[in-house]
Amino acid sequence: MIRANLKPAVISAVVVVVLSGLLMGVRLDQDGTNLSLVGAGPDVYWKIAIAATFIFFYNLFRDHLARLWQSMPGMPKTPTQLVEASKKPVLRQLFWCFLIALAILWPFISNRGGTDLATLVLIYVMLGLGLNIVVGLAGLLDLGYVGFYAVGAYGYALLAMYFDIGFWTGLISAGLLAALFGFLLGFPVLRLRGDYLAIVTLGFGEIIRILLNNMTWLTNGPNGIGGIPKPTLFGLEFSRKASEGMQSFHDFVGIDYSSEHRVMFLYLLALLLVLITLFVINRLLRMPIGRAWEALREDEIACRALGINPTAVKLSAFTIGASFAGFAGCFFAARQGFISPESFTFIESAIILAIVVLGGMGSQIGVILAAIIMTILPEMAREFNEYRMLLFGLMMVLMMIWRPQGLLPMNRPHLELRT
Amino acid sequence: MPESLYYFIQQLLNGLTVGSTYALIAIGYTMVYGIIGMINFAHGEIYMIGSYIAFIVIAALAMFGIESVPLLIFAAFVISMVVTSAYGYSIERVAYRPLRGGNRLIPLISAIGMSIFLQNLVRIAQGSRDIAMPSLITGGIDIGPQDAFHASLSYMQMIIFAVTLVSMVLLTLFISRSRMGRACRACAEDLKMTNLLGINTNGIIALTFVIGAALAAIAGVLLGMYYGVINPYIGFMAGLKAFTAAVLGGIGSIPGAVLGGLLLGVTEAITAGYFSTEYKDVVAFGLLILILLFRPSGILGRPEVEKV
Repeated sequence: MIRANLKPAVISAVVVVVLSGLLMGVRLDQDGTNLSLVGAGPDVYWKIAIAATFIFFYNLFRDHLARLWQSMPGMPKTPTQLVEASKKPVLRQLFWCFLIALAILWPFISNRGGTDLATLVLIYVMLGLGLNIVVGLAGLLDLGYVGFYAVGAYGYALLAMYFDIGFWTGLISAGLLAALFGFLLGFPVLRLRGDYLAIVTLGFGEIIRILLNNMTWLTNGPNGIGGIPKPTLFGLEFSRKASEGMQSFHDFVGIDYSSEHRVMFLYLLALLLVLITLFVINRLLRMPIGRAWEALREDEIACRALGINPTAVKLSAFTIGASFAGFAGCFFAARQGFISPESFTFIESAIILAIVVLGGMGSQIGVILAAIIMTILPEMAREFNEYRMLLFGLMMVLMMIWRPQGLLPMNRPHLELRT
Repeated sequence: MPESLYYFIQQLLNGLTVGSTYALIAIGYTMVYGIIGMINFAHGEIYMIGSYIAFIVIAALAMFGIESVPLLIFAAFVISMVVTSAYGYSIERVAYRPLRGGNRLIPLISAIGMSIFLQNLVRIAQGSRDIAMPSLITGGIDIGPQDAFHASLSYMQMIIFAVTLVSMVLLTLFISRSRMGRACRACAEDLKMTNLLGINTNGIIALTFVIGAALAAIAGVLLGMYYGVINPYIGFMAGLKAFTAAVLGGIGSIPGAVLGGLLLGVTEAITAGYFSTEYKDVVAFGLLILILLFRPSGILGRPEVEKV
């Protein structure tokens, strides 16, 4: 058995050396106009050697490893009572209530940094939930989701700059604007098959970014837009001194000013938006249109035979998904106070997609969990910052190979025939 | 008005130059799509790696004191094609083969992950700044009057045309005449049936990834020398453009990819020459959306019939 594996093992070790030898073993060095090469250093050579040896032995003993893997005691199965119990609606409601209560209490038990980070998580949760409609429920791979996010953010920033509108009006207009963009883009492209759609939406995301970068007269180009107004609570501002004709929150309530109030308010606002998003999506899912999304993802031809108009259904998913990105974008712009096209690159789309995929396509609790993981891990692993994107790409590949259904796959409502 | 005519000719030549490299990359997309019906999202990164290997090889040989330009370029082509072939093969083995047969979105997502991985691998290994190389081939011929405004065709552009043409001819001969090529066409027709008839379809699929990668490496070497500047992020845009070219010509069709590449290159050059350089990418993607709107199967593609 080992002898039969020897040849593939040698070949794969050689391939590893070919792959990494030139590209990583030496480094191009620019010295004026001259180009020269420097060796990458012994640590890189060691890494290449270790990788090649590892691949060699892995391939040599792959049959043994596979057998060992099978004979290993599996993970202890979840007791059946627990599985049954987790399906009870009362317990599920209790679980959600507990989660929401924890989320509401979070800014009061955590410090300022923790609250700020949690706000960022909530923005990603919103984006993840929005993209989840398009990718997870309707099965349309949208790689330009960040384009709608950008439309929302810039929509609010520009409206505030030119027409002096407030946050709440801006929130609704940004959502509507993003939905309009989603509708206009979706109209031509939704007739396409999955992978065409992926690239076209990717192109769309790039178009938005290039336009924002180059329409300097409107968007200030790469310099971005600053001084975007912060959200207010029924007309109360969260600043030390209220602006002309406004009242500040701490005056109104009669407490001392603290900059933490604003952070907490932003967090609670984000939480409110996420809860509304969750509520709306859950209602939509139980409506005919939500059922149609999932049916279309499973089998388009069967859907057409049943009289569902695929384009209209896809368009609705696309538009609604885009509008949530618009809300998130508006909130993002208001929170940061400054936006530039740099915040809306393809990598952002890939991160949102990774959140949806990691969580398990279609699963909302999965999306929330994945958003928390994806936002907190890079913060914790600051020293790995250089390798962050590398590991991120690797994780996407490995996740698809080992657990394509995601961390917490969605429980689909289904009926089975009993025989 | 001869002056505007020469200006037009110049834009046309520039467009055809870039377009022929788009065509080379687009063939990789179209061949893989033709056989397994999936987009190799990491293809653009292969092109970028091809450029890097070429620069490394040329710098290495120059350090050993080899001055002969044809030898340098030949070595760059050969080594870069070998290395990128290994990358194409590995991408197929790691990101596509274990996932074949399931949901179509899954291999696409793993390929996006692969693309991010490769881009950052090169960024970490080679640094993220631009790397420039003095041009090896200078000079060219002038078209039109010497004393007034004229168009010029550089020797580098001629080499790009020639290499592209030779690669196309060789590829066409391979696909239409050789035994392996026949197996490729059979796989594109019906993968399962071909497998039943005793053809190693896994091998053929790996072969299409390798051929695509080698062609992308040729494009990488050519464009790397033409522009003289590379960085780890060039693969993303080039891949996107080449995919646009493949769709434009009709994905799955090799002549279509060539036609689409040239058309896209010329459109971009005309936009850059007459309107604005910033908007040439916008025009390219706008063209893609328009094509898909009016002729989703592309210029030379066959309309796809969906089977249950």
